[in-house]
Amino acid sequence: MKLDLNVDVHHLTRVEGHGNIVVRIQDGKVQEARWDVVETPRYFEAMLLNKHYTAAGILTARICGICSIGHCLASVRASEAAMGVGVPDLAGRLRLLAKHGETLQSHVLHLFFLAAPDFLGLDSALPLMTENPTVFGLAARLKGLGNRICDAVAGRTTHPVSIQVGGMGARPDPTVLRSLRQQIEAAVPDLAATAEVFAGFDIPDFERETEFVSLKADGQYPWIGGRVVSTDGVDRDEHEYRELTHEYLNENNTSKWCKLSRDAFAVGALARFNNNHAALHPAARKVAADLNLSPVSHNPFHCNLAQLVECVHVAHESIALIDEILAAPADAPIMADFEPRAGEGISAVEVPRGILYHRYVYDEDGRITEADCVIPTTQNNANIHLDMGALAAQFATRGMTDQKLELLCSMLVRAYDPCISCSVH
Amino acid sequence: MRYLGIEPIRPRVGVFSFTCCEGCVLQLANKEETLGPFLEAIQVVNFREISTEKGADYEIALVEGSISRDDEVERLRQIRDQAKVLVALGTCAVFGGVNRLKDVFSPQEANRIVYGDQSRETAPIRAVHEVVPVDLSIPGCPISKVELERIVQHVALDLPWQFPEYPVCVECKQRFTVCMFDKGQLCLGPLTRAGCDAPCPAGGLGCWGCRGPAADPNHAEFDALVARRGFSRAQVQDRLSFFGGFPTEGSEEKP
Ligand code: SF4
Ligand code: SF4
Ligand code: SF4
Repeated sequence: MKLDLNVDVHHLTRVEGHGNIVVRIQDGKVQEARWDVVETPRYFEAMLLNKHYTAAGILTARICGICSIGHCLASVRASEAAMGVGVPDLAGRLRLLAKHGETLQSHVLHLFFLAAPDFLGLDSALPLMTENPTVFGLAARLKGLGNRICDAVAGRTTHPVSIQVGGMGARPDPTVLRSLRQQIEAAVPDLAATAEVFAGFDIPDFERETEFVSLKADGQYPWIGGRVVSTDGVDRDEHEYRELTHEYLNENNTSKWCKLSRDAFAVGALARFNNNHAALHPAARKVAADLNLSPVSHNPFHCNLAQLVECVHVAHESIALIDEILAAPADAPIMADFEPRAGEGISAVEVPRGILYHRYVYDEDGRITEADCVIPTTQNNANIHLDMGALAAQFATRGMTDQKLELLCSMLVRAYDPCISCSVH
Repeated sequence: MRYLGIEPIRPRVGVFSFTCCEGCVLQLANKEETLGPFLEAIQVVNFREISTEKGADYEIALVEGSISRDDEVERLRQIRDQAKVLVALGTCAVFGGVNRLKDVFSPQEANRIVYGDQSRETAPIRAVHEVVPVDLSIPGCPISKVELERIVQHVALDLPWQFPEYPVCVECKQRFTVCMFDKGQLCLGPLTRAGCDAPCPAGGLGCWGCRGPAADPNHAEFDALVARRGFSRAQVQDRLSFFGGFPTEGSEEKP
């Protein structure tokens, strides 16, 4: 029997940005399977030239509406590295708390609004409002909590204002922090309920072995700076990011592609989980066990589950962070004293979708003369592309239809939670 | 849902993104406390970022982002043909936004810097109104969801809407924020249109003018103030040109 299948998705929905899927199967053989990013380029690396250090974080936050805190943080860290600025302890804690708020917000947005509709047979999460108000309520409450943490600590949920070169521009009010602490504790049952919802989903059975790359921190789950490790045995400093990403151009894409030990690698929640499972909070490890998720998983659809595990982890870590911040003296500094100076700085931060690198060179007036940003989705694009080929080959069997294959391919891309306008920047 | 005995209009809305960070449409799904009622006040029929439904029967088009490629011009024209009301959503759509900073370079030069010898298609940035007529412009990078909710309430009840004409300073005073100038920092608040509730000064950052000029900004007084406080022309110019909302030095035309 002849098996011919065609998938042609122009501007995939429920992802951030514009990308296309093309799959052609003839006689049961994959002729073509492509993931192409067609987003309009924005040229941030040009825009950054000649910008003052006070503008770099504000500008690069605008690379991404979803992970603007991550971008701003990677940016100010790179500037601080270039100018030899040490950030006060309390400011470091506040930054991590803001980042946890963003991780929660971003993961919950992806889990409920972008990924879950496929498992529920819906076009979007909007019908849940009336059809399943319990689930919609979970999503709205958890996302709202993430956003309120960002608001209180970074000054705004999208495009933070308090994260600045040298530290933080403001310290949140203790009463606000105490209230957030209560809200996070109250969210623990919501997270458990979310895990139950996702445990009931039928995750596609698909694996393709690849290299998982993430940050590594001493005994802790990694978020800001440190070593970069991979499941293929790579272990390097964040400063060696060029040797870790090898950016190159692909003719069908406005986003660049990356590689490390093989043709492609993966970053993001699943990569972090695979490399740092032992450093998770025990409550997060338990959720992983309940979801049958264990390292090293080579099923890209498990990224959804790894995100959920991370939500539990950041919730618990945020409670501890708030306690530390509340215990800090009222006059503890949140901003370093420094003068701009010439130099080069590189910074790696784990943002929701994977490792983000910023590198700047400054002149003595504190203006940028060279800039480079390597985005998580840029690192994932080649891996998504190769997954697409393997997925098409595995599922090109009798009974498969264009429609079913289109859904599977779309779910595959969505599992990576790509941030496409980011990847083009 | 009835309000004061009036059955509100529940407009069919399409949401579309062009060259930008998609942060403005993300605000549509934020402010979760009132997300339910907000989504009931409108009917979302086309919103690629969160829905696979691709309805073509929208009356209101919310358009975020600026225009930087021919295929975007084509897509925007089609949206204009369909929509009764086209709303430019956010600073990128209204003024061109930070994207305009690319245009200090020619497209060739920008390409050389980012893509080396394999250039990609790009044109000088245009705001939405430079390509098609716009019925309502909502500034902000990102837009304020609180303000958007107010606008939607007005639309639903068929009431006229007006943006504040006064500058951001008024909102700073309302929330008792210590003035950034008194902390030795620069701020464009005196020139910039209010409506954001001044989140930047409250978070320890002087305003960068993302909402564009207030109704009648007093540039002379502002110039005197910044000179008195010892800020350079270059520092002020960095901010005025940042979001594309203020006329740039040397250009006569208001963007
Ligand atoms: S105006 Fe700002 S937040 Fe909105 S899309 Fe443009 S860059 Fe993003
Ligand atoms: S901080 Fe800025 S906006 Fe606020 S009062 Fe001072 S000058 Fe005006
Ligand atoms: S304070 Fe200024 S920069 Fe900040 S949101 Fe308001 S107008 Fe925009």
